[in-house]
Amino acid sequence: MFGKLTLEAVPYHEPIIMVTLAVVALLGFGVFAALTYYRKWGYLWSEWLTSVDHKKIGVMYILVALIMLLRGFADAIMMRAQLAVAQGGAEGFLPPEHYDQIFTAHGVIMIIFMAMPFMVGLMNIAVPLQIGARDVAFPFLNSLSFWLFVAGAILVNISLGVGEFARTGWVAYPPLAELGYSPGVGVDYYIWALQLSGLGTLLTGVNFLVTVFKMRTPGMTLMKMPIFTWACTFTNILIVASFPILTATLGLLTLDRYLDMHFFTNELGGNAMMYINLFWAWGHPEVYILILPAFGIFSEVISTFSGKKLFGYTSMVWASGAITLLGFVVWLHHFFTMGSGANVNAFFGVATMIISVPTGVKLFSWLFTMFRGRIRFTTPVLWTLGFMVTFTIGGMTGVLLAVPGADYVLHNSLFLIAHFHNTIIGGAVFGYLAGFTFWFPKAFGFKLHEGLGKGAFWCWISGFFVAFMPLYVLGFMGMTRRLNHYDNPMWQPYLIVAFCGAGLILCGILFQIAQLIVSIKNREQLRDLTGDPWGGRTLEWSTSSPPPFYNFAELPTVHKIDAFQDMKEKGTAYQRPASYSPIHMPKNTAAGVVIGLLGAVFGFAMIWHIWWLAGLSFIGMIATFIARSYNQDVDYYVQPDEIERIESQHHARFEAHGQTLNTTSFAEQV
Amino acid sequence: MSHASTEAGAGHGSYGSYAIGFVLSVILTVIPFGMVMSGDFSRETALISMLVMGVVQIVVHLVCFLHMNTSSEGRWNLLAFLFTVLIIVMLVGLAIWIMVNADMLMMPWMFK
Amino acid sequence: MSTDVMSSHHAAGHEQAHDHGHDHDSGENTVFGFWLYLMTDCVLFASVFATYAVLVNHTAGGPSGKDIFELPYVLGETFLLLISSCTYGFSMLAAHRGAKSQALAWLGATFLLGAGFIGMEINEFHHLIVEGFGPDRSAFLSSFFTLVGMHGLHVTAGLVWMLVLMAQIKTRGLTSQNNTRLMCLSLFWHFLDIVWICVFTIVYLMGVAA
Repeated sequence: MFGKLTLEAVPYHEPIIMVTLAVVALLGFGVFAALTYYRKWGYLWSEWLTSVDHKKIGVMYILVALIMLLRGFADAIMMRAQLAVAQGGAEGFLPPEHYDQIFTAHGVIMIIFMAMPFMVGLMNIAVPLQIGARDVAFPFLNSLSFWLFVAGAILVNISLGVGEFARTGWVAYPPLAELGYSPGVGVDYYIWALQLSGLGTLLTGVNFLVTVFKMRTPGMTLMKMPIFTWACTFTNILIVASFPILTATLGLLTLDRYLDMHFFTNELGGNAMMYINLFWAWGHPEVYILILPAFGIFSEVISTFSGKKLFGYTSMVWASGAITLLGFVVWLHHFFTMGSGANVNAFFGVATMIISVPTGVKLFSWLFTMFRGRIRFTTPVLWTLGFMVTFTIGGMTGVLLAVPGADYVLHNSLFLIAHFHNTIIGGAVFGYLAGFTFWFPKAFGFKLHEGLGKGAFWCWISGFFVAFMPLYVLGFMGMTRRLNHYDNPMWQPYLIVAFCGAGLILCGILFQIAQLIVSIKNREQLRDLTGDPWGGRTLEWSTSSPPPFYNFAELPTVHKIDAFQDMKEKGTAYQRPASYSPIHMPKNTAAGVVIGLLGAVFGFAMIWHIWWLAGLSFIGMIATFIARSYNQDVDYYVQPDEIERIESQHHARFEAHGQTLNTTSFAEQV
Repeated sequence: MSHASTEAGAGHGSYGSYAIGFVLSVILTVIPFGMVMSGDFSRETALISMLVMGVVQIVVHLVCFLHMNTSSEGRWNLLAFLFTVLIIVMLVGLAIWIMVNADMLMMPWMFK
Repeated sequence: MSTDVMSSHHAAGHEQAHDHGHDHDSGENTVFGFWLYLMTDCVLFASVFATYAVLVNHTAGGPSGKDIFELPYVLGETFLLLISSCTYGFSMLAAHRGAKSQALAWLGATFLLGAGFIGMEINEFHHLIVEGFGPDRSAFLSSFFTLVGMHGLHVTAGLVWMLVLMAQIKTRGLTSQNNTRLMCLSLFWHFLDIVWICVFTIVYLMGVAA
């Protein structure tokens, strides 16, 4: 009746887990109680959960990403604490079977459930506004994508309290990930969480490509698009080309585990190396998916806060395109040591080094953008400058690793760990945090507290260097990854330093939590009345903060790059048309929530072999989708009088504060 | 791909295009099947023929059934398709190169 | 898994003035979006084809393709699918003329041919499994069953979609929304025939010839 699921699945004997579950339950209960007390369930359902508005979906993505950041970081601090003490006779507090789940969960959460949704969330908020569109091409699909992602996140979180997570590392190589060596449910949690959220990501990629190719506002040719939109477009191309590979690879592993097939098993002809090959054919494009939007954010931030247009826009676009294409011919550098031989290694090593060239082009473009600009050192700019230094170091260690001979020494050592954290934290995370600060006022109508933001930045960057520079040294000293205990006493001082670095990052996170609380409390003082708190250059800044749900009362006509800056310079910004036309908007729908949550049920049922439940929930997902296709009441028209009311309200608000709108007044508002 | 437009031929095909496509597909199917089933051809000849004819038949399907063309509506589709073909060629080609080399070096008994 | 990509469609007649460029394009956007989804499906199939190519000789003492493939049977399956592509095409042409019952009739014919194809494939799989040559026997057989089976699952999903669409056309007629969906299914159906060309060439013909 319940497949493999029994009460023993709950890890009663693990105090750390039980305490965590208790805290989570308490917090969850608190949230539920608050929602009930303030009677917000209806509001939550109709305004957020069933929303097809890209702005709201973006906010929800980022909210989940930030929560998962906390869990992923908790994993990190546990690992650093364990390694700081577990030398020689000391066993530490995390036995291997527990530690292995922690590093697996840490990787899966940070990449798939923190970085990806953070990026997708920022893309959701900014891109349609930047291209002067009213929403994405397929709003329902957007909602569905979000809820499929949530389904995956739910499964990862359930695994903490019911059953276990994979112990294979975030890449889950066979034969370890096969049934013979991982007979428990951990790898199955991994598989279904990734398949569900991966499907959501794939649909997002399709959605945004159609949006960008087909729904740009009149006059915005491709080469007049904001650079962040370009970056996201290349990212979406990478997504649609690479995620099916992951779907196939995990699917084949699933068939091995569920139907006794032999793709990657040791017996009967399986080839585990094929998994590694296929996994990284997805895995390498995945890291470019993470970094390209961050590069886009840096471009926007640098040009905005230097008061200059981006240097070398065209070469930036081409460089991103080159990175996209080259990103598909380098994946073997993740397994130089697997044994394909010198010729294969040489090809991929060279290709990997070539990729650093377009990245270098971008770096120089940013530097030239700043040159002779009037730079305002706001929090987003600090994140950007921090990125430039940090990512460059990470990139250089990457070029070293790209030399197959060097990689034979350093593969799977802490040097590798330090390298990819260097690029992911210094590149992607810093970028998303910059974007978060940059677009927060657009999404919520008030800025984040600047001082606390700077405090967060300094803690993060110092914490990063203190945590990860020792790991480079340890890599050279021969320490490998995924160890929960070691004998060499020479390593311990570095690991203690690394633990202190993690503590510094924790301070950074605390600063960010404080920043949110303080900013919400002081939101009236931090209010963004005009919609353009930074002196922005692109179209999203021409709307109010937050924008009206229809984004633009009248679709703007674009003549140049940095369309809003152009409008401000010509004095055509903020012009109100004589009359408004009805606007065609999609209606909210529960179909996305229902399908997504049924997906979570389906995944859970498959994990525990509860076949009847799996069948029912799968049929339920299909049936809901078909029912949705029968629904003809999916859209409506916003009437001119309502548009008039909303637009007048926005204009009245800042005029009442005696503000006038011109091109340069906001630069000093920061 | 084209949507409902007033011109009958543009992007929708006609009975003619489906008929031509069908006939060509039949020919391009029967020949390779015949070559293999008869056993009269050398392995290399059969392999090259079936691959070439398979590719040609795919193009026939794309043009006659999927109405792929270089018109302004079809251009994005063509671009997406060509890019996908590029990705697939790189993915499959490099994967096979990697794996054959890995297998030869790591499992030499498979190639005795 | 079939994904009938939905967009926010307006009702069949647009009575009110609205932003031009948006509504006329939404059907076109849907078809383009579906085309992009099909491209991802190509990559999905390519990954499994690559796996098949790597594992094709890993027969683990079991049968190879030569031992189990029956080419005349496969030729029959191929014809069913090829003819079904034509019947779908005729259905599209009828739909463009606004001839609802003819469009439905050709769709029905397509459905029967497709169902026949699936029936033949299930039969082939069943025989192999009963003889002990199921997907658990060797890596080659795992790859064979998965590659061919994945194509079959896609065809099955297409058949389910076809039934739903036929029902929707029957009750609501050839609305612009249904025409868009017919177009998407058409792309799907022809794409599956293209994948089948790759399957019969790389799996069956190469399996027997090699």
